[in-house]
Amino acid sequence: MSDTLIEIDRVTFGYDPSRTILDDISLNFTRGKITSILGGSGCGKTTLLRLIGGMAAANSGRVVFDGELIDARDRDKLLRQRRRMGMLFQFGALFTDLSVFDNVAFPLREHSDLSESMIHDIVLMKLHAVGLRGAAGLRISEVSGGMSRRIALARAIALDPELIMYDEPFAGLDLISMGVAANLIRKLNDATGATSLVVSHDVPECMAISDHVILLANGGRIVAQGTPADLMGSLDPETRQFVRGEPDGPVKFHYPARPLAEDFGIGAAA
Amino acid sequence: MTSDLLAALGARTLRVLQSFGRAALFFVDLLVHMPAALRRFSLVVRQIHAIGNLSLVIILSSGLAVGFVLALQMYYALVTYGATESLGLIVNLSLVRELGPVVTALLFAGRAGTSLTAEIGLMKAGEQLAAMEMMAVDPRSRVLAPRFIGGVISMPLLAVLFSAIGILGAYVVGVLLIGLDSGNFWSLMQARVDVWRDVGNGIVKSFAFGVVCTAVALYQGHETEATPEGVAYATTRTVVVSSLSVLGLDFMLTALMFSTP
Repeated sequence: MSDTLIEIDRVTFGYDPSRTILDDISLNFTRGKITSILGGSGCGKTTLLRLIGGMAAANSGRVVFDGELIDARDRDKLLRQRRRMGMLFQFGALFTDLSVFDNVAFPLREHSDLSESMIHDIVLMKLHAVGLRGAAGLRISEVSGGMSRRIALARAIALDPELIMYDEPFAGLDLISMGVAANLIRKLNDATGATSLVVSHDVPECMAISDHVILLANGGRIVAQGTPADLMGSLDPETRQFVRGEPDGPVKFHYPARPLAEDFGIGAAA
Repeated sequence: MTSDLLAALGARTLRVLQSFGRAALFFVDLLVHMPAALRRFSLVVRQIHAIGNLSLVIILSSGLAVGFVLALQMYYALVTYGATESLGLIVNLSLVRELGPVVTALLFAGRAGTSLTAEIGLMKAGEQLAAMEMMAVDPRSRVLAPRFIGGVISMPLLAVLFSAIGILGAYVVGVLLIGLDSGNFWSLMQARVDVWRDVGNGIVKSFAFGVVCTAVALYQGHETEATPEGVAYATTRTVVVSSLSVLGLDFMLTALMFSTP
């Protein structure tokens, strides 16, 4: 069995021809490891997860999952591949008409013939793993943002996937919830042996739990990759600016614009 | 200048044609996924409850009001010619042939159609449909097709109830309040209303309206932009497109069904 679970091979992607999100990138994700994909907003991190999940198709290049091409046109194969994946969406994407328990039970009821008593036990075990066994009976409208994220995580791991993708798992969480979420990701990865991909722009948390880190820049370019220590010690100005959160550097604060004098008509007045 | 205008017109025409194409493909997709939804009939039953049962209050109260008013208006018109005994017959034919299916469809578009559009639109905006896809569950079989079948089953049932309560309303006004002969009211109806030609065609109409209204509502929800404004526009479009489609389709079906005396 190859060490690589996912291979991104020269992938280029854009939602429309005028804007390239990912530009000819190649990456390998190692089996059983936590890989964090860092980068500013709009640099294509979530798009990368969508390509791996087959929710979008690359304009060119290929995405390979465990030796098999991800191809949205072959729907049966894609559904088979997705059963081996779990994804935590940025805002949980929980089903608001179902209770916490039923949300976690959803994939089990859809994909297995297990008895209700068996499903009951599995759901409570998954909720226990994320610390929310006591919240099983609550409605989704009764849980906080941090709890939603943990419930979504319990649902994502309900079928014990080989690959777990986390889209911004720390966004909008308070410091305690953030630490809890980061620990959970590490513990789940170690306990289940799954491969984890974490998309985030939260540097400290990702550096603390990751085995490998990839830094993306706008335009879908790979700026750097390596162990957390490699990136923290990097002398590359763009990498340094991102991991240290410096305001000045190669990444500009201002969106490209006309010269200030031109916009305020200073030149015309003179 | 002229070329710009032509280009804009061409682009707009293309967009309209593309949207028709997408809607047609969406409709075919719904039909293709119907068998999978029917195999899990509990999902359909839940939708019949949400779409049908929860629309009963508005449908029944509207049917009763329409029956009251229709009986009064018809009485004022018929009394001039001394033909008030035909009141029950006229009200019945108006309701089962036209008003029952059409008014029910318009109310359905406003009550259940907007609710379906908003629900699907918000599921899309909240990434619930994407989450379902990532769980290897096809939202077309799990979410869209059960709602489509639920809507198509509910509409004729609601239209029949609308007509029935409307006729009872007309009975209350015509017989109990105005004092027309109860025997005349019912017997002319029995003698002159044909089950297949009148009631049957009315049900066929409401079935067609059910297909159109539910498919439009689901399509608008599915195509909505994932923003609050997007959902608001989509629900408005549901009411406008469904209502106009129902009125246009009603004219065509009436011409086809009742072209011979």
